[in-house]
Amino acid sequence: MAKFSKKSNANPTISTASLPDIIFILLFFFMVTTRMRDTSIMVQQRLPAATQLQEIEQKSLVSYIYVGKPKEPGQHGTEPRVQVDDVFIPTTGIPQFVELEKAKLPEAERAMIWMSLKVDNETKMGILNDVKLQLREANALKINYSSVRAGVAAAGM
Amino acid sequence: MAKKKSRAIPEINASSMADIAFLLLIFFLVTTTIGADKGLNMLLPPKKDPTAPVDVNLKDKNVFKVIVNSRNQLLVEDEPMDVRILKEECKKFLSNNNADPTLSESPEKAVVSLKTDRGTDYKVYVKVLDELIAAYNELRAEKLGISVERYLQLDEKNPKEDELLKYAQKVYPRRLSEAEPTSVVK
Repeated sequence: MAKFSKKSNANPTISTASLPDIIFILLFFFMVTTRMRDTSIMVQQRLPAATQLQEIEQKSLVSYIYVGKPKEPGQHGTEPRVQVDDVFIPTTGIPQFVELEKAKLPEAERAMIWMSLKVDNETKMGILNDVKLQLREANALKINYSSVRAGVAAAGM
Repeated sequence: MAKKKSRAIPEINASSMADIAFLLLIFFLVTTTIGADKGLNMLLPPKKDPTAPVDVNLKDKNVFKVIVNSRNQLLVEDEPMDVRILKEECKKFLSNNNADPTLSESPEKAVVSLKTDRGTDYKVYVKVLDELIAAYNELRAEKLGISVERYLQLDEKNPKEDELLKYAQKVYPRRLSEAEPTSVVK
């Protein structure tokens, strides 16, 4: 019969040397797939679901307009508002915003600007139509209704 | 000479490295957002030029009228319709090619007009728009003999795929226009 030799009595330590590696992999994943939050969104954002989603290729050409009910109704009321960057603006302020956004882009790309409309589900079309009218006024015609992928059952047709 | 003892290899304690990595990870979790820049692309009509001659000469049968009222009810070609059959009706209209005299003459001439009210819910608007875009995309994908998912993934930067896209867009040009909204708010 083989003899089992008893080894030292010290507690075996589990090597945690690979733990940092795992965390670093997670970290790199997040660094690559996310981007910095540049604005704090002050309106409700529950995006609608759709199936025919398309991605905007050049992220640098995209400017965002947020529409929805303010998160703090005590301060800003309950009516849907338009937010750009970090402030609420009236819809008539949109052409000016578009001009500012265009000025940030190189000259050759200014006409190619995309406006991404992040509109809350419960918003009525009235305010959105005002926004669209102002975008037409500012000649920013390419828009994207930001939405999330609808459930697989709907997409599978 | 001293006798060599079997020495344990000294280990560097790496447990604090995990803590540092965790701190970095949490920092990134808090300060970043996952980019969700997907959505429905639309092209707005250009600003009206008051001096331009009004040259709207569309036959009534070439226009597919979709109206959504302030109660989110759908009126298609002057008849109420369920949103679930909208896509099929729209496809039928677009790919008619003179078969039915009440529908469009050809895909190039067909225009889909979507009209909403100020009181329409955005959710319903996106749903209807999604169905209409789906009708176009399904017809285009069918023409190319690929699935809709594959069609949506075609890349403009790839010359071969761009050619396919251009072809599909030529056969079924997306003439989806939005009429000026009415303003009945209840």
